[in-house]
Amino acid sequence: MTTRDRITSRAPQGSVPVFDGDPLFLYLVRHADDNLILAQRLSQWVSWAPELEEDIALANLALDFLGVARALYTYAGEVEGRGRTEDDLAMLRTEREFTNVLLVEQPNGDFAHTMARQLFFDAYQLGLWEALSSSADATLGGIAAKALKEARYHFRHSSTWVIRLGDGTEESHRRMQAGIDALWRFVGELFVGDDVEAAMVEAGVGVDPSTLQEAWEERVSDVVSQATLSVPDDPFQRMGGRVGFHSEHLGHLLAEMQWMQRAYPGMEW
Amino acid sequence: MVSAVALDARRAREVLAQVVDPEIPTLTIEELGILRDVAVEEGRVTVDITPTYSGCPAMDLIRRQVRDALVAAGFVDVEVRTVYAPAWTTDDISDEGRRKLAAVGIAPPRRLDEVTVPILCPRCATDRVRTVAEFGSTACKALMVCERCGEPFDRFKEL
Repeated sequence: MTTRDRITSRAPQGSVPVFDGDPLFLYLVRHADDNLILAQRLSQWVSWAPELEEDIALANLALDFLGVARALYTYAGEVEGRGRTEDDLAMLRTEREFTNVLLVEQPNGDFAHTMARQLFFDAYQLGLWEALSSSADATLGGIAAKALKEARYHFRHSSTWVIRLGDGTEESHRRMQAGIDALWRFVGELFVGDDVEAAMVEAGVGVDPSTLQEAWEERVSDVVSQATLSVPDDPFQRMGGRVGFHSEHLGHLLAEMQWMQRAYPGMEW
Repeated sequence: MVSAVALDARRAREVLAQVVDPEIPTLTIEELGILRDVAVEEGRVTVDITPTYSGCPAMDLIRRQVRDALVAAGFVDVEVRTVYAPAWTTDDISDEGRRKLAAVGIAPPRRLDEVTVPILCPRCATDRVRTVAEFGSTACKALMVCERCGEPFDRFKEL
């Protein structure tokens, strides 16, 4: 598998950046958004997972992602200096203001779809957090070092399932392959940088996402081949999450997640 | 001369040594290793705590317990901060903490430099155990079962 040859990602044509401001703030928020949206997706599995232990596992993974999101939002609010809290950033921004990658907002589908999404994202976060652990920003570095420990067992969890399902029955193999095929078009976006990332790399705070791609490919192709699966030949990749152009699924997710704060502003429970 | 400030810091530490983890109440937050720092300056107590896991749902409760314990002991101005660096590891659990975990039937985490030693059943000490689920009753534990005595048990995962 040589995804670098196949993945050629572009920002949506004619898009105008709607985000300006402190690049550190924008950088923290985009990674917080990735973690929050994935946490929300995973929590939708609660009481629906194929077995009780997996139900608990998915809820625990969701908690990890939520915890990272909270730490990043809280810090982003401090960096911005306008008094916005983690809750303000999570609950009171609109769909166009969210800058998560498209991968994490994709619907859960069947369990195999969820595990394909998780494999791709866990493999990405392994490289991301490792790189950010040595960030020149001590707070971000601390959050990353913590998250890296968790990314290791997240990846172990998702790769175990992908191998078990891919190298399982005819039916589980077919479904696991379908999950990989359906989500492959969203992996390219993980490795495309923009001005925000360039500024963070310049400051020694962030990582150029394109430098994470090679190790990601090795991790994923190792699991995919062990699972007797393959990645699609289709080079088409979708983009846009980082500039607020989302798939139709994010709006529905936010409507469910935010409705209570929207209906009862400032409510606490 | 022992200053009043020093006495206050010692007193604050004594108070905090009694605060237990809400999810594993057999351990104090000090034994668990999440109590990172206690400082008293001009009457203001600043306590640093760190989460075991990023998403630890008990952090808000622990923060409140820390505050309540100090206020009950007479401290008025209390700040509880969450710190992420250095990241918590299971090596931060004290020897006393490990002993207490085993005593209540939770297999303590192995030291990170010796994770190849076998996991033992906390009841019958055999190494004939197997993992049932990577995630047990809390994120930090895995669910195991002993193949000799048949008892299920939690194991603190190394992190």
